Amino acid sequence: MSEETQRFLDRLAEFRAGRLETRGQEPTWIAARRQAGAARFEAMGFPTRRDEAWKYTDVRAIARGDFALAEDAEFSQAGAAALTLPIDAHRLTFVDGVFAPALSRLDDLPAGVSLVPLSAALEENHEAVGGPLGRLTGVEFSPFSALNTAFMEEGAVLRLAPGTVVEKPIILQFLSRNGAQPVMSHPRILVQAGGRSQATLVEHHVGEEEAANFTNLVEEIILERNAILTHYKLQEAPLADLHVASIHVEQARDSRYTSFNLNLGGALVRTDLISELNGENATCDFYGLFYGQGRQHVDSHTLANHNAPHTFSNENYKGILDDRAHGVFNGKVVVKRDSQKIEGFQSNANLLLSDRAEIDAKPELEIYADDVKCSHGTTTGQLDEEAIYALRSRGIDRQTARGLLTLAFAGEVLEEVNLDAIAERVELAVAGKLPERFNLAGLVEAAVAMGDE
Amino acid sequence: MASQEMEQLVRRDYKEGFVTDIESDTLPPGLDEDVIAFISNKKGEPEWMLEWRLDAYRKWLKMTPPSWAHLDYPPIDYQAISYFSAPKRPEDRPQSLDEVDPKLLETYEKLGIPLHERAALAGVAVDAVFDSVSVTTTFKEKLAEAGVIFCSISEAVKEYPELVKQYLGSVVPQTDNYFAALNSAVFTDGSFVFVPKGVTCPMELSTYFRINAENTGQFERTLIICEEGAQVSYLEGCTAPMRDENQLHAAVVELVALDDAYIKYSTVQNWYPGDEDGKGGIYNFVTKRGDCRGDRSRISWTQVETGSAITWKYPSCVLRGKDSKGEFYSVAVTNGRQQADTGTKMIHIGEGSRSSIISKGISAGRSNQSYRGLVKIGPRAKGARNFTQCDSLLIGDKCGAHTFPYQEIGNSTATVEHEATTSKIGEDQLFYCQSRGISEEDAVSMIVNGFCKDVFQELPMEFAVEAEALLSVTLEGSVG
Repeated sequence: MSEETQRFLDRLAEFRAGRLETRGQEPTWIAARRQAGAARFEAMGFPTRRDEAWKYTDVRAIARGDFALAEDAEFSQAGAAALTLPIDAHRLTFVDGVFAPALSRLDDLPAGVSLVPLSAALEENHEAVGGPLGRLTGVEFSPFSALNTAFMEEGAVLRLAPGTVVEKPIILQFLSRNGAQPVMSHPRILVQAGGRSQATLVEHHVGEEEAANFTNLVEEIILERNAILTHYKLQEAPLADLHVASIHVEQARDSRYTSFNLNLGGALVRTDLISELNGENATCDFYGLFYGQGRQHVDSHTLANHNAPHTFSNENYKGILDDRAHGVFNGKVVVKRDSQKIEGFQSNANLLLSDRAEIDAKPELEIYADDVKCSHGTTTGQLDEEAIYALRSRGIDRQTARGLLTLAFAGEVLEEVNLDAIAERVELAVAGKLPERFNLAGLVEAAVAMGDE
Repeated sequence: MASQEMEQLVRRDYKEGFVTDIESDTLPPGLDEDVIAFISNKKGEPEWMLEWRLDAYRKWLKMTPPSWAHLDYPPIDYQAISYFSAPKRPEDRPQSLDEVDPKLLETYEKLGIPLHERAALAGVAVDAVFDSVSVTTTFKEKLAEAGVIFCSISEAVKEYPELVKQYLGSVVPQTDNYFAALNSAVFTDGSFVFVPKGVTCPMELSTYFRINAENTGQFERTLIICEEGAQVSYLEGCTAPMRDENQLHAAVVELVALDDAYIKYSTVQNWYPGDEDGKGGIYNFVTKRGDCRGDRSRISWTQVETGSAITWKYPSCVLRGKDSKGEFYSVAVTNGRQQADTGTKMIHIGEGSRSSIISKGISAGRSNQSYRGLVKIGPRAKGARNFTQCDSLLIGDKCGAHTFPYQEIGNSTATVEHEATTSKIGEDQLFYCQSRGISEEDAVSMIVNGFCKDVFQELPMEFAVEAEALLSVTLEGSVG
């Protein structure tokens, strides 16, 4: 076993000892799962680039880190307010993985909606939570899911009773603090959407500028018949943050899952998004946008498993990479034997703004049925010179034209976003991140002014 | 498509299946340094060649077989394979067709390739590989006149040691992969082509492979070099007799193109795919790579793959030269329980290098087929371009078609496009044809033909005929 793996296991021993002291014995099944997670992590160790799933992503920055566990959730109200999305929403806030009741808002939850921190849910009725927890994302999935299971402590449990339609978005906010020592958190999110329920879930990762923490998220989302869930994952963590997320969705008949994976922040970001389309007419839409600059590394893995006939998946990921940023896109569509009448579409487009930026794309199809329509396309290139010319012929200078076209490139994903606050925030962030050579400052100010009016 | 026709297609027997009874000078199964020394000695090789082989063998011992491919086969026992088999009388080889063993000529007759007729009609020089030793080479004089060297690799080792030393292993190093290392240690024959500066090879060069003696792995080694401004088109085609035990084939093909050179390499592969349960077919693990070393050089791979139980093959181009160009055109048809994991690699290193990939896969029966490709654009490959299209056609609900394209792009001025589709023959297309009085069978045949057209038109005339014939045996024959 490597020194690195040992360091994390030592932390786990400390954590468990501390937990026993402060909160007493935990239910046996939780302890057993923790043990299973630890054993699995110990056996696998951190992935290396020799592992196919991690071929382009080097996680040594995580493995070599020495991360403590946060003990409190202190965060200034003003600081938090500046970071919070301006959306009228139900909200759970976690600071470095620790639940922050003061920054949460759960007072007006409609009937049929249960939104509680994982710790509370386990305390109230650990058996009801225990069943689905870990069913979709087991310890086998990856060393990170094993590690998450071993450290499982806090997170969110969202349950929608059948037929519940939640008007306001539900926001799960994860704040990263700039502390003396980097910390790690292993949040766990469980969503159970009952039949015919509808909701919008916003997961927002943000933090103090200088923070350099490690977040290792596991999400399990279960959609029952006819449930509709729109899931925004807006990741604008501090630029030194390390972020790993494993999201597993299970879809019953007629359900619809829409994912927006918007990655702007983080030094090392890896997302695994998997949907199991288990019932006829289940549909999933994956939209993604990533912007990398400096030495950011953004890796998005998606997988649509067509396990039943008449299921649909659609994917559109866009990447913009500048400086020495490194982007990875791996999209996979799997059609199981006898899953006929499938449609699976996948598109990935990448824009490289600098000669030292790199993109590794791998769109995959694995098909075992014949009556299917599946396609994928991926392109990497530069802005269309003709489009630039068209704008220039209208009196717009070259830099601005390039900036506008880059924004428009991102816009193809953003126009699918229904929450204006998120679309605007991302658009402004992208405009703000675009290098000065694109000369957009004036336009951004104008846009902000318009937004304020 | 009517299921009955599909049945026919799945049941079709291997037309070319037979074993020619020629006495072979065959080594007992097993592999160690003595076997390699025996092969080297048998070939009358110089000392440096033996050293090179032993070096590869020692490296191979430390390697493990690759497991990443989407293939399922039992582990291969390399000690159960015989590594050398040569037709009798290797010393007094026939100089003309009249002297050729009549049984060999008969073999060609059965294959429908009358050697003399073909050679005369098509103007093709044939370096026939019958088991591991070249038996006859035609049109050698005409080639010699142009300055083109076309001979077996064993002959080249003896006659042109400097060229072989310079280029052998320079494109596919000994340790490139498990099978390439094995090949480097035990290769028995293959072709050597050298086209000097400014020469356009006056005819298409062709080799027909036969795997014959039972239990004999075939380890071909082909090396083609085109000097500045030279051009050559090389054809490779294969069939093999029916047998029970799996046969291992691990060939290595190396192409080197210097400034402004153009190499076109075409393959039609129709080895025994195994019986209905997938038993007995050929295992085909091939390493093919072209090195566009010179500026404006161009290498083009065209392949029609219909045979073998297992195909593991990725003809690649290393685009080192400025404005060099790599092409890959492939039609792969799998049926029964065949498995194919094939594709290409385009490594863009030089400025302005371009590549295009057209891959068409047709899976039927219980077969599985994967396209696996890599397009890598290095940081210095300014303005590099790639276009990839891989389409899969599924016939029947028990087969599989998979696509695993890798793209690694490290230059902002590069343009890389990839498109892939998977579908079955469209009901609307069939209906459209049928509403115009075309029978269902003809319509299917037309659609499949059209599906492969982009690739077939890249084949040289002589081969296009054979390729279409092969496809009609595999698919169209059963529906038309």
